[in-house]
Amino acid sequence: MVNPPAVRDGTALSVRDLTVSYRAVRALHGVSLQVPRGEIVAVLGANGAGKTTLMRAISGVLRFHGGSVGSGQISCGETTLTKAAPHRIVASGVVQAPEGRRIFGRMSVEENLRVGGFHAPAEVRKRVFDLFPILGERRAQRASLLSGGEQQMLAMGRALMAQPKVLLLDEPTLGLAPKMAEHIANTVTEINRQGTSVLLVEQNAALALRLSNYAYVLDVGEVALEGASAELAASDEVRRRYLGVSEDATPVLAARRGITKWKG
Amino acid sequence: MTRFIELLINGLSLGSVYALIALGFVVIFRATEVVNFAHASLLLLGGYVTAVLHADLGFVGALAVGVLAAAAVGALIELVLLRRAKAPRQVVAIATIGIDIVLMAELSRRLGTQVLSLGDPWREKVVTIGGITVAQTRIAALVVAAILIGLFLLAFKYTSWGVSMRAVAEDSETSALMGIRLGRISMSAWAVAGALAAVAAVFITAFPTPGLDRTSSIAALKAFPAAILGGLDSVTGALVGGLLIGVTEALVGGYQNDLTFLGRGLGDVAPYVVMIAILLVRPSGLFGTREVSRV
Repeated sequence: MVNPPAVRDGTALSVRDLTVSYRAVRALHGVSLQVPRGEIVAVLGANGAGKTTLMRAISGVLRFHGGSVGSGQISCGETTLTKAAPHRIVASGVVQAPEGRRIFGRMSVEENLRVGGFHAPAEVRKRVFDLFPILGERRAQRASLLSGGEQQMLAMGRALMAQPKVLLLDEPTLGLAPKMAEHIANTVTEINRQGTSVLLVEQNAALALRLSNYAYVLDVGEVALEGASAELAASDEVRRRYLGVSEDATPVLAARRGITKWKG
Repeated sequence: MTRFIELLINGLSLGSVYALIALGFVVIFRATEVVNFAHASLLLLGGYVTAVLHADLGFVGALAVGVLAAAAVGALIELVLLRRAKAPRQVVAIATIGIDIVLMAELSRRLGTQVLSLGDPWREKVVTIGGITVAQTRIAALVVAAILIGLFLLAFKYTSWGVSMRAVAEDSETSALMGIRLGRISMSAWAVAGALAAVAAVFITAFPTPGLDRTSSIAALKAFPAAILGGLDSVTGALVGGLLIGVTEALVGGYQNDLTFLGRGLGDVAPYVVMIAILLVRPSGLFGTREVSRV
């Protein structure tokens, strides 16, 4: 392997030339991305583009899915995270709120938060309850009884209990009502404003580009496109492929056209 | 009536010992999804170590070493089978049968035809209250089991270990994502199960049983139906299952003279009959959430 270039001082999380396979199937091929300190970086892409694989690789849980890192390097500041055990990755400050929330439904809200950070100081708990007051109100309730949006809040609160430097969010607004998605989006901005860098994976490209400073577009396991989010949002290709708009059509029309095409 | 109450107390006492063993079973299953068929030999190992050492170390010292030995072997099994070999769960379950055979063979060789005392302080003493006569060992079993189970439940509910344990049982990948060290949880489960089995060994072999011999592990096997009828992944199930099996065994055994048309030794068979009857109605056990289809 070529020596990776020195990590820039302002980089919270860096992925270089990452290749991941699930047994014989290659899922990521030479993916590189950076999360600058204090910023929100988005990863866009269609289903199966490798977004969740990227998250699993960073968090070190590929083995739960029969996957492994072939080559490349993942690092957080000076610490190399490639192939590290998940608990070491969490300890070095990279924590994920996984796709589908994955809260512990048989446990209480309070216990879920404990799992996130057993030794979290009181001010961290307070920060979580300030961000998500509903979790404070429901702390004794079974987590499975929360609504979808509240479960997403719990998943994010649980991840914040570990005091991450970099928060990985995999599809935080998936399946939520627009109003709740908006609320979650605002919270992501607030978490970032308080100093946590965020790597955000989203299918909702419009939302992701609005929240983030910089974005990468994954396509079949490779970075197809990258750039400042505002520029990507303005680019024709991204608008056509990920935002569902072409030059002269409104989003609604584009969606309709999509359905017709699918039927035919 | 007196006889019934005596039998009931004996049954509850026996049941609380089965519950200790079944609890270990459940803890291992929840943490690692492995059915540990080597559990009875862990119990025999703990008992054997206690029996050999009690003359030199005294009962409490010997028991402490026995508990540590069973815990260490439990942890070792986890290390070798789960951590090193990384075998699928069903394969590990079968491999525990192999370990059981090896441990059992070695312990049987050492024991030969001896019947060893574990040196417990209660010996054959009995207490009589209001015409009801119960062996002191039975009272001690109830008290010790209740304390251990109580401590376990508190730890399971409130400590970081217990919360981690439940998180891993529910979703191991997400637990890992949150920074829980799965290897530690898994190993501690096996060690705790071994320790509980070693304590149970004392009461399985104490009066009125003559002592520890090659067949002591057969008694331990009755914790199998206890854990299974309660639901293999339920702590409550292990406790209820243990008590149910203990009481059934004591009552059926005690009244078997009235049940001679069913033949002799019914007390030994009854636990399994109860298990089968319950599984017919509730395939995942009384309190279980998962059907035991992994074995």
